[in-house]
Amino acid sequence: MNSLAARRRHPAAIALLLLLGLLVTGAVYSALAPQRVQAAAAADAGQDAAQGKKLFQANCATCHGLNATGTEDGPSLVGVGAASVDFQMGTGRMPMAAPGVQAPRSDKIKFSNEQIAQIGAYVATLGPGPSVPDSKYTDGTSGDAGRGGEIFRVNCAMCHNAAGAGGALTRGKYAPTLQGVKGKHIYEAMETGPQSMPVFNDSNLDPQAKADVITYLKSMEREGNPGGYKLGGLGPVPEGLFAWTIGLAVMVGAAVWLGQKGA
Amino acid sequence: MTTHTSYPQSADALRASDRTARPGATAGQRKLGGVAGWVDDRTGAGKGVGYLMKKVFPDHWSFMLGEVAMYSMIICLLTGVFLTFWFVPSLGHTVYDGSYAPLKGVGMSEAYASTLNISFDIRGGLLIRQIHHWAALMFVVSLSVHMMRVFFTGAFRKPRELNWVIGSVLALLAAVEGFAGYSLPDDLLSGTGIRAMNGFMQSAPVIGSYLTYAVFGGAFPGEAIIPRLYSAHVLLIPAILIGLFTAHIVLVAVQKHTQFPGPGRTNDNVVGYPVMPVYAAKAGGFFFIVFGILALMGALFQINAIWAYGPYDPSPVTAGSQPDWYMWFTDGALRLLPGWLEFETFGFTWSMNIFPGSLLLLPLVYVLLAIYPFVEAWATGDKREHHLLDRPRNNPTRTAIGAAAIAAYTVLALACTNDIIAIKLHMSINDITIALRILLFVLPPIVFWVTKRICLALQAYDRDTVLHGRESGRLVRTAEGRFFEAHEPLDEYTRWKLVQQEIPQPLELESGVDANGVRSPKGKHAALRSRLSNFYYRDRVDAVTPSELEAAHHDGHGHEAIEPHDAPASVGTSAHATEDDMRS
Ligand code: HEC
Ligand code: HEC
Ligand code: HEM
Repeated sequence: MNSLAARRRHPAAIALLLLLGLLVTGAVYSALAPQRVQAAAAADAGQDAAQGKKLFQANCATCHGLNATGTEDGPSLVGVGAASVDFQMGTGRMPMAAPGVQAPRSDKIKFSNEQIAQIGAYVATLGPGPSVPDSKYTDGTSGDAGRGGEIFRVNCAMCHNAAGAGGALTRGKYAPTLQGVKGKHIYEAMETGPQSMPVFNDSNLDPQAKADVITYLKSMEREGNPGGYKLGGLGPVPEGLFAWTIGLAVMVGAAVWLGQKGA
Repeated sequence: MTTHTSYPQSADALRASDRTARPGATAGQRKLGGVAGWVDDRTGAGKGVGYLMKKVFPDHWSFMLGEVAMYSMIICLLTGVFLTFWFVPSLGHTVYDGSYAPLKGVGMSEAYASTLNISFDIRGGLLIRQIHHWAALMFVVSLSVHMMRVFFTGAFRKPRELNWVIGSVLALLAAVEGFAGYSLPDDLLSGTGIRAMNGFMQSAPVIGSYLTYAVFGGAFPGEAIIPRLYSAHVLLIPAILIGLFTAHIVLVAVQKHTQFPGPGRTNDNVVGYPVMPVYAAKAGGFFFIVFGILALMGALFQINAIWAYGPYDPSPVTAGSQPDWYMWFTDGALRLLPGWLEFETFGFTWSMNIFPGSLLLLPLVYVLLAIYPFVEAWATGDKREHHLLDRPRNNPTRTAIGAAAIAAYTVLALACTNDIIAIKLHMSINDITIALRILLFVLPPIVFWVTKRICLALQAYDRDTVLHGRESGRLVRTAEGRFFEAHEPLDEYTRWKLVQQEIPQPLELESGVDANGVRSPKGKHAALRSRLSNFYYRDRVDAVTPSELEAAHHDGHGHEAIEPHDAPASVGTSAHATEDDMRS
């Protein structure tokens, strides 16, 4: 008892407690949530798809065509699956606001989760495609972070940067930062390969490997920035600029101040 | 420092209470006493220290930039010693089992594992690591700015050319030292840097692969490179840095510090505070200020988050891999060099798409830097000693050369960050690269021209101010109802700064033909030299001469009477005359 009380004050105790909390919530969530969704889905799948079709024709058909078979302004969605819709709409990429080299991520999501699910159900009826992943793979705690990190560095770092800070591709395209992206969307991105990103299907990276990658990215987020303010997390470039601007200005300021002090 | 004086004493009685030095007392004890005397007796250091203490150091904030470099270097050394206690310079394999969760159970080198250990499991380790890295960056930043200060004020002129050369070597070594340190942790980012270095060496014509084998002790990556970089980083380069730096400082003391022109400041004196006590107190205080700033940077701003990159492994590459800033320009040159420059002859591959950027540019930049004082001295035929600094505007061509060089360097450095620029400013990386290729050739000449014009304009403005006084901001209405702004005459101290400069005449071309009509072999050199001298001094705004000043003062109503300042003044002036007249 005594030794337990003493350890309660150990700094790791807080981290451990947090982790435990996350684990418990994660476990409870994964035990409860999917069943509800499945139950609901089973009941009115047909109704969802019908509702989804209406929403689609109102919001998406201008670019993707009335039957989602594509136009000059947008690709066909036959066979992209509900996962693709969930990713594109859940990250605010679709409906695309303005034509550009790449549909950017946006925080303004114009549709409710329910509406997104309905459109997803509709697109899923057009042809077989990946569905929204099971949350047991996407909660960010169910994998092996170490293994996930190795997979990430080999498969993703060349575009997304080893720290997941993002990177430039050719001609204005870019791989966005992965910080703050939901586990579900990370999974869907690997599964559907949006735009210039390759598809990592289950024979490439099985669901457990994907869960490992998500766990790695999430555990990095949990660690935060132990060294202080991270200056954008882009490595030596912001660091060098910081030294040349703020660092130099403060040093020169100190020199000027001291230089003015007389004897 | 007080010296010993003896007073004539007439009566023995007066001497009764005199404390004569006991027979045992030595020279050092008499002079200094205590521990200092003890040391002096054994080393004779008293003389040298006394000499240094009596040195006078002029006050100007820009003279403290060298000090910032010096203190940053010292802080690097101190924090570096701490890091050596725990860092393991080995590429031996280990499995991480420390407290950073995302890397638990990952196989890595001992070097990387020990750096993680310093960051997460050694008390204060992360702070010291971060101070060390920020101090290294600020060391190179401040020595570069110090160098610019020396350049733009002409402090590198005779007799300080040698110290400039030492400085250039210091600058190069500082960059090499930083690169070696940056490579040690063996994380994915620094490993990529070593991989690049490996490629650079291979690009050397003919000897490339042998060179790489020798340095890496076999094929890449091998086991030898980290231990070798480690001895270079903690032993070899610091030893040379400290040695050269000491020589640098001793030379400053021996040659005395330069000073900005001002009343009472001549080429033969130094006006300022003696080292003891004022300057020493200031410098000591400044050390702690610099230390404090670096400690704050280390405590508040994360730098080189090696844990986020993961261990080095030759197969993955990461987007956004840059070296620390002082190596950007070489990496940038590589990104700008077009790929079609590679070709094969005689069974060798000539990697001209890599070689010029990787192996030629770095030494070239530092050699150009080191020889500049000699080039300028030769081109202008200036063999005199200079202890008074130039105001940058008073040597427009030199200032413009410096600005153009900085522009070229900046373009190269920015090229290295092209992918970060692309992602942050939402631009196409291809467009940025093309734009920078063009800028590399176009920007320096433009900067040269603009800087030179600005300097000439500022000189003209100075001239104007001396002749007509400064604008008072007071509007005066004449009897006829016209308005003009009243000008107030300058006080003598202000005026001195504006008229003291000596603007040299371009060298005349001596006829390259001797008395017998034979072309002298020196003719060609003389022609080149006269052309260069013209390049430096053809466009000129002469300092106001005393007679011009007289004329301006006697002639009460300003402007019309003064010749337009963009036309070269016809009077051949010598600054010394000015100096004498002003003094009387
Ligand atoms: C302004 C035109 C435009 C509108 C409106 C639009 N899209 Fe798109 N969409 C595109 C383009 C262009 C692409 C392909 C490039 C991209 O992803 O940026 C695309 C791609 C997609 C993809 C990915 C296809 C794949 O291959 O995985 C999905 C899913 C998608 N859109 C769904 C939608 C939905 C659902 C809506 C309505 C809510 C919508 N889009 C509205 C233009 C549009
Ligand atoms: C060839 C380069 C490339 C590789 C390799 C790559 N990606 Fe991507 N990734 C992209 C691009 C480009 C986008 C942006 C797509 C878009 O905006 O529609 C992207 C988007 C994403 C997103 C969406 C982020 C957001 O802002 O919503 C995630 C998550 C993601 N990638 C994860 C991964 C993971 C995990 C891997 C490795 C298994 C990986 N990527 C490998 C290029 C790449
Ligand atoms: C290791 C890095 C360096 C350190 C620690 C250092 C330190 C100093 C210090 C403390 C001074 C006297 C104060 C001052 O004028 O600022 C000085 C003067 C000088 N330095 Fe450096 N310096 C370094 C690098 C350089 C470089 C890179 C150059 C040029 C290539 C250079 C050229 C000079 C010259 C010419 C002087 C004499 C200036 C004068 O008397 O006006 N130094 N240095």
